[in-house]
Amino acid sequence: MYNFDYLKPGSLAEAVEALKAEEAVALGGGQTLIPTLKQRLASPSVLVDLGGCLDRDVLVVRDGDCQVGGGATHAAVAASQHAPKWLRAVATGIGDPQVRNLGTIGGSLANNDPAACYPAAVLGAGATITTNARTIAADDFFRDLFETALDEGEIITAVTFPTAASTGQSAVRAANYQKFDQPASRFALVGVFVARRTDGVRVAVTGASASGVHRWGAAEAALSADFSAAAVAGLGVAPDGMLGDLHGSPEYRAHLVGVLTRRAVAACG
Amino acid sequence: MPKDQGIGASSLRREDVRFLTGKGQYTDDINRPGQAYAYFLRSDVAHGTINGVDTTAASAAPGVLRVFTAADLEGVGGIPCGWLITDKNGDPMKEPKHPILAEGKVNHVGDPIAVVVAESLNQARDAAELIDPDISELAAVIDMRAAISGGPAVHTEAPDNICYDWDFVAENKDAVAEAIAGAHHVTTLELVNNRMVTNPMEPRAAIGEYDAARGEHTLYTTSQNPHLTRLLMGAFVLSIPEHKLRVVAPDVGGGFGCKIAHYAEEAFVTWAAKEVGRPVKWTADRSEAFISDTHGRDHVTKVELALDENGKFLAYRSTTLANMGAYLSTFSTCVPTWLHGILLAGNYTTPLIFTNVKAVFTNTVPVDASRGAGRPEATFQLERTIDKAAREMGIDPIELRRRNFIAADAFPYQTPVAVAYDTGNYQATMDKAVAMADLDGFAARKAESAARGKLRGLGIVHYIEACGIAPSALVGSLGARAGLYEAATVRVNPTGSVSVFTGSHSHGQGHETTFAQVVAEMLGCDEANVDIVHGDTARIPFGMGTYGSRSLAVGGSAIHRAVEKIIAKAKKIAAHLMEASDADVSFANGQFTVAGTDKSVDWGTVALTAYVPHNFPHDTLEPGLEETSFYDPANFTYPAGAYICEVEVDAETGKVEIQSFIAADDFGNIVNPMIVEGQVHGGIAHGLGQALLEHCIYDSDGQLVSASYMDYAMPRADDLPNFTVDHSCNTPCTHNPLGAKGCGEAGAIGSPPTLVNAVVDALSDHGVTHIDMPLTPSRVWAAIQAAK
Repeated sequence: MYNFDYLKPGSLAEAVEALKAEEAVALGGGQTLIPTLKQRLASPSVLVDLGGCLDRDVLVVRDGDCQVGGGATHAAVAASQHAPKWLRAVATGIGDPQVRNLGTIGGSLANNDPAACYPAAVLGAGATITTNARTIAADDFFRDLFETALDEGEIITAVTFPTAASTGQSAVRAANYQKFDQPASRFALVGVFVARRTDGVRVAVTGASASGVHRWGAAEAALSADFSAAAVAGLGVAPDGMLGDLHGSPEYRAHLVGVLTRRAVAACG
Repeated sequence: MPKDQGIGASSLRREDVRFLTGKGQYTDDINRPGQAYAYFLRSDVAHGTINGVDTTAASAAPGVLRVFTAADLEGVGGIPCGWLITDKNGDPMKEPKHPILAEGKVNHVGDPIAVVVAESLNQARDAAELIDPDISELAAVIDMRAAISGGPAVHTEAPDNICYDWDFVAENKDAVAEAIAGAHHVTTLELVNNRMVTNPMEPRAAIGEYDAARGEHTLYTTSQNPHLTRLLMGAFVLSIPEHKLRVVAPDVGGGFGCKIAHYAEEAFVTWAAKEVGRPVKWTADRSEAFISDTHGRDHVTKVELALDENGKFLAYRSTTLANMGAYLSTFSTCVPTWLHGILLAGNYTTPLIFTNVKAVFTNTVPVDASRGAGRPEATFQLERTIDKAAREMGIDPIELRRRNFIAADAFPYQTPVAVAYDTGNYQATMDKAVAMADLDGFAARKAESAARGKLRGLGIVHYIEACGIAPSALVGSLGARAGLYEAATVRVNPTGSVSVFTGSHSHGQGHETTFAQVVAEMLGCDEANVDIVHGDTARIPFGMGTYGSRSLAVGGSAIHRAVEKIIAKAKKIAAHLMEASDADVSFANGQFTVAGTDKSVDWGTVALTAYVPHNFPHDTLEPGLEETSFYDPANFTYPAGAYICEVEVDAETGKVEIQSFIAADDFGNIVNPMIVEGQVHGGIAHGLGQALLEHCIYDSDGQLVSASYMDYAMPRADDLPNFTVDHSCNTPCTHNPLGAKGCGEAGAIGSPPTLVNAVVDALSDHGVTHIDMPLTPSRVWAAIQAAK
């Protein structure tokens, strides 16, 4: 890696200030950034470690929502009594123990890797992202591959998921994430998150699309009318716009979206 | 009852104490006083003309001692190839120069262009970024079929990119064609043996050091065969005589074949240490390993198998394109020829066999040995084809193999492909595997899988391999430029402990334990009294190194012979001490006795007498107790075994799950059953990795697409089932003193076709007849779609 300065601010305000420096980069769990630095593919002037200022807890907050601190590791979410089972399952399936012990939810969402798991869960459940400056609905957050609604220097401080205990129309009565591993990296070759909410069904797909995580509207409509695997059995997605690489063609990924959606619905019970 | 030490005991691996407690001493752990660091600038294009390399800015960068390009290496030779193949017209293979640093042209991504030597690694790397080589990119040739059909030439010496065009057995060509033309049934199969990155856990590293006062060079390196490196580098590359060149291969973290070759980096650091007057160290990072370690396999093959109406094999013909990559690595040329063609009889009585192999230059990393080296390629094509033939003819695949097995009473058996098998009993290993596999229960298991929506398949293979390479006279006649014996010195120390110096390098095989067991058994002493020393040309008499599962069969036999000499001399000393005739002295359990008397003298007394020779037969013996043996084997050894695998395939996603894997191997006599079992586990995992996951892929421009573990899938524990292995079916090797055959590669040879046979069986109802490895979900799914 190239030389850089390292800062670990003790408060959010200090972190925001530090990130104003030219070529400053925020460091969450470092599971993407550190390998990138080691390969000399990035050369920040200063690395601002958010580990000293971000909340790492997983809590049940008012109205039954589950609030996950922006600095919470995947391992913390996987082990939390306060997180719904489907969210714990998503966290449990990310990477390996080393990744889960260091990687954070805020880092994962800010990076928005097109094959990451958390974006599917956040978009599928309809969670809300809180930053140092505002709150952003999941539907407005994910823009494109590695692109989000975050402004320069904006920091994710918390993610709030609706749960079965949530009051109001957003309550998630059941949810399931089906991840099909890319054999080498074990990121999602395709991942489908299905949430059965009071106000309808949401389906989010990761790993498949050339424009990143997205909702599958046709499946949502069909499942909102009839929540059964049979309701989506006849639905397919077109390979156009799907990723294609040595691990799977666009046709294969499109096919998997259908298979995994049906399996996720079946697993919701 | 299991023994607690000596031959047959599952002694715990003594080397694991240092490996598991972080006390191993690997090359990168070694730091020499005043050492500098080398960083190699490598080509990022696959093929191009070097117009110039401006190193001015790099040379002036902080901490830089020197920057080197090919122009600085005047008088330094190219990397030699260790095996000359003569082609079907009697011409020698095309052997373009393999320079230490690219000369005028780059020929693959990773080809080294320049080296920076600096005070620190980071300074060397920073400076390397200031070098901007002026390269005019040329069209690259990656696909072997394109390479031999008018594609751009990698080397002007080989305008058609063919290194050699080899027929074997040439005299059989017409008879094979005739038999195929007139056969009752001919099964044909076109297949690819997928290219692999060998991926030992420890990346390669090298440190060169020069003692100007003594004129002595030392190279510390990650090698499976330090003496071979000394020979090749000293004699052919740097012109350093052996007595002024020491090569040390300390603890090495896995080799699997890709640390056999002599590499440019080794020669560079040895040479540069004298140039800069400081030790020079280089350690590959993982990304560098992907584009500079030799790759393995990469064959494209077409097979025809002719059978009569009863399923008897009449003739076998295969044609193969074998990728050499951009340069000829040390043993690259013998892998698709003499390590491949001679195995095409398998375990079977096929009377007529012919193969043609074209070795092809491409703009890719050099290809060389990788666990099995040629034998996995032979076994894969043969066992896949037999499986397809069984299906086509409606004969049970086990039964078809049994009908064609060489009978147990037919050994020694001369195959039509040069080699003669000394011993074996293939019906016995097949019987054992079948008994372990509960085949009667398969139908019920298949139905149970079907109830869960899964397709269950059964795969069967019986493999053979040739290990213990090999008689020097034979390999010499086949083009080898080295002998293939092994050397050992056994030194009995004055108080009776034993130091064994072996040319067989250990890098995961557990030699330090196994060899001590052999010596302890022969001397009737405690294993702890025996130390095994390897990996240093200054300490070992000579050595050809570790590859081809040869360590116990060849290196162990050398130790055995040396210990026999020790015992013979010790008996004479004991006879003198007991005032008896040499011929009347017996030796057992560490005691020398005289038949018919109560006279005895113990091992320690004899050892001490050898070094404190106050009462010693000076008129007939010299003092001391140290013997050396060079053991040159009389033949290869021929391990064989039956493998059975069950898989479940998810037809919706194409994902394959291995449900069970059974191996019944015949390795001849076994010294340490636990180590053998571990070697088989590792070999099977290696082979299943190739069959299921591992795939080295270049794009058409010659960029390595699978250049990191994010895209190159290594097998992990949860990809694999628990293996059930057996080695109770032993037909001891008839021509080495230990009766040992070798076990390190078997699993990697037998398991790939077993898995593919199982998956094809599972998908046979869908009309799938073959899928090329690796059987990744997307490929399996695509095969199902294509068969619809």
